[in-house]
Amino acid sequence: MTFSPELEAKFADLITHYPEGRQRAALIPMLMFGQEEVGSITNEFMAEVARRLGLTPMQVDEVVGYYSMLHKKPMGKYHVQVCTNVACMLRGGAELYDQACHKLGLGHKEVSADGLVSLEEVECMGACSWAPAVQVNFDFHHEVTADQLDTILEGLKK
Amino acid sequence: MKLFNEPSPLETKIISFRFGLENSASIDTYLANDGYQALRKALAMTPDDIINEVKASNLRGRGGAGFPTGMKWSFVPRASEKPKYIVVNADESEPGTCKDRLLIQHDPHQLIEGCLLGALAVGAKKGWVYIRGEYNYLIHIMDKAIAEAYKHGYLGKNIGGTDFSFDLYTHTGAGAYECGEESALLESLEGKRGVPRIRPPFPAVSGAFQSPTLLNNVETFSSVPAILRMGGQAYADLGVPKSGGTRLVCMSGHVNKPGVYEVPLGFPMMKFINEVGGGVWKGRALKAVIPGGSSSPLLKSEECDIPMDYDSIAKAGSMLGSGGLMVMDETTDMVKVALRIMRFYQHESCGWCIPCREGTTWLKKMLQRVSDGHGQTRDIDLIGDLAQNMMGRTFCPLGDAAAMPTIAIVKKYRNEFEEYVARNPFAAPELVSIA
Ligand SMILES: Cc1cc2nc3c(=O)[nH]c(=O)nc-3n(C[C@H](O)[C@H](O)[C@H](O)COP(=O)(O)O)c2cc1C
Ligand code: SF4
Ligand code: FES
Repeated sequence: MTFSPELEAKFADLITHYPEGRQRAALIPMLMFGQEEVGSITNEFMAEVARRLGLTPMQVDEVVGYYSMLHKKPMGKYHVQVCTNVACMLRGGAELYDQACHKLGLGHKEVSADGLVSLEEVECMGACSWAPAVQVNFDFHHEVTADQLDTILEGLKK
Repeated sequence: MKLFNEPSPLETKIISFRFGLENSASIDTYLANDGYQALRKALAMTPDDIINEVKASNLRGRGGAGFPTGMKWSFVPRASEKPKYIVVNADESEPGTCKDRLLIQHDPHQLIEGCLLGALAVGAKKGWVYIRGEYNYLIHIMDKAIAEAYKHGYLGKNIGGTDFSFDLYTHTGAGAYECGEESALLESLEGKRGVPRIRPPFPAVSGAFQSPTLLNNVETFSSVPAILRMGGQAYADLGVPKSGGTRLVCMSGHVNKPGVYEVPLGFPMMKFINEVGGGVWKGRALKAVIPGGSSSPLLKSEECDIPMDYDSIAKAGSMLGSGGLMVMDETTDMVKVALRIMRFYQHESCGWCIPCREGTTWLKKMLQRVSDGHGQTRDIDLIGDLAQNMMGRTFCPLGDAAAMPTIAIVKKYRNEFEEYVARNPFAAPELVSIA
C-alpha cells in the first residue's frame, strides 16, 4: 500500500515522538491522519499500519473499534455533525439535527448515495457557549440557526 | 484570532488577557506580552522552589476533580531512575466545557511555558499534548507554536543556555470521552483502547510508558506561568482560601450572553449569570443550573445563591468540575435533560465494568420509557435506586459521573417524572402490599 509523500513524511516523523521501543504509541495518530487520505480504515490500511508498528492486524482492529472518529466505511466527502448534547439541546440542537435528517434524507451515520454527504448526531464538541454547534468535516459552525443550516447544507457541492 | 463572544468588564483576565490580540497565537505576540518571563525566573529556581510557589498559589486542577496542583507536582518521585514525562489533558469533552479550546487557539505558548515549568519542577525531558480528535485545527495551531518555540530556543536542547532540555509533541485522540480520564488517556497515548487502569499507582508514580508522569489539564498548566510571574501568594489572593486564582467558566444554555469568561474563584454564581451573562433569556425565570459539566449534580434556582469555588459548590451538593455552567430556564423539561445526559454516558461508557456498562444502558432505557410516555411509577424509583447502586461501584469515575446528575434530577424534579407517568393511560395502579 502506498501513501502520498506528505503522509509518509508525517508517519516517519510521528514515530520519532515516542520513547524507544514504544512506537505503538503512533498508532492512533497514524490512523487518524491516514484516514483523511485513504478515506476510511480499510483492511489493507490496517494491515499496513500493523506491519509498520510490529502489531497484528487484529491488534489494530481492536483499537479502531473503540474510537468513534475511526470509520471502517467511508463517510461522505462532507461529514455533517450536529451536536445534540445538553448545551446545544437547550438552544435548539435537536431540532437542527431533525432538520438535517429531513433535508438530507439521511439518518445517523448514513451516507448519501453519491457519497457526497454523510450525517452524524454527535456528542458535545466543545462549542457549548456558542451553541447550537455543527461541524462539517473539521470546520466549526457556531450559533447555527435553521436558515444558516439550510445554507450550509445547500453549499455542500462536489 | 477573533473572539467567539464579547468579553465582560467584570472579568479578571489573568490567563486570558492575550485572547483576541492580533496574532495572539504567535511567539512574537507572546514575547511582547510577558511571554516566557516565568521560564526565565524558573531557570534560576530549584524544583522545590517552583513547587512551593505552585502550592502557595492554591491552584487546583481545572480538569474536573480539583486536586491541589502543587501537591500533585510534589508526588512525582524525582529520585526515580526512569525518565519523567509531562502529559497535557486537552481531551476536553465534558458536556458544557469549551475553554481549553480557547486556551490553545489563542495562547498556545502560554501552555508550552506551563509545560516547561512543570518539566523543570519534576525533571521531565519529554511531553505530549493529548488533543481530542475533533479539535483537529488546534493540532495545527499547537504544532506551529511548538515549531516556533524550538526555533527561538524555548524547546529542545539547552534551553536558555542551561543544561535543561525538553521536547514537546502533540498527540491526537480519535473520539472517546473516556479518554479524558487520566489513566484511559495514557492507554490511548500508548496506542491502545481507552480503557482505564487500576489506580493506584497514580500517573505521578507510573503513568505514560510506566514512567512517572505529571498529567494536568490545559488550563491548569496554562495558569502556572502567571503564578510564577506574580508570585503564588498574589495569585492565591485573587480567589478565596483553598481555591486560588481565577478560572475560565463556560456559560451556556438559556442566558442572553453565553460565553467563556475568566473570573476569580468565589465569584457569586447569580452575579455571574445575571451580570456577566446578561440574565436568563427571553425574560424568563431561572429554573436550574448545572455548575461544572454534565456530571455535576444540578442545582435548583434557590440553591444558586453561592460563590463559585470548589468548597462552596461541594457544600451545595455539586461540583465546580470542569467549569461548564449550563443555565436552564423555567420551560426546561427535566425528564428530557436527564435522558439526554444518560444517552451521553451510555454512549461513552467504555464497557469495561458491568455496573457502568449495564447501569447506563438500563438507565437510558428507563428514562427513554418515561420520556416516551410509557413509564410507571415504579420506574421512577428504580431509576433512583439503580443510579444510587452504581455510585462508588465502578472501575473509574465515569460511572459516578453518570449516576450523580441522575440522582439529583430525579430527587429534585420527581414531580415532572410523575407528570409523565400520570399521562400514561396504561400506568399500573400502585402495587398494594399484602404482607
Ligand atoms: C470520565 C472522565 C472524563 C474526564 N475528562 C477530562 C477531560 O476531558 N479533560 C480533563 O482535563 N480532565 C478530564 N478528566 C479528569 C482527569 O481524569 C484528570 O483528573 C485531570 O485531567 C487531571 O488534571 P488536573 O488536576 O489539572 O485537573 C476526566 C475524568 C473522568 C473520570
Ligand atoms: S466506569 Fe464505565 S467508563 Fe469507567 S471503566 Fe467502568 S465501564 Fe469503563
Ligand atoms: S453541548 Fe454541543 S458543543 Fe457542547
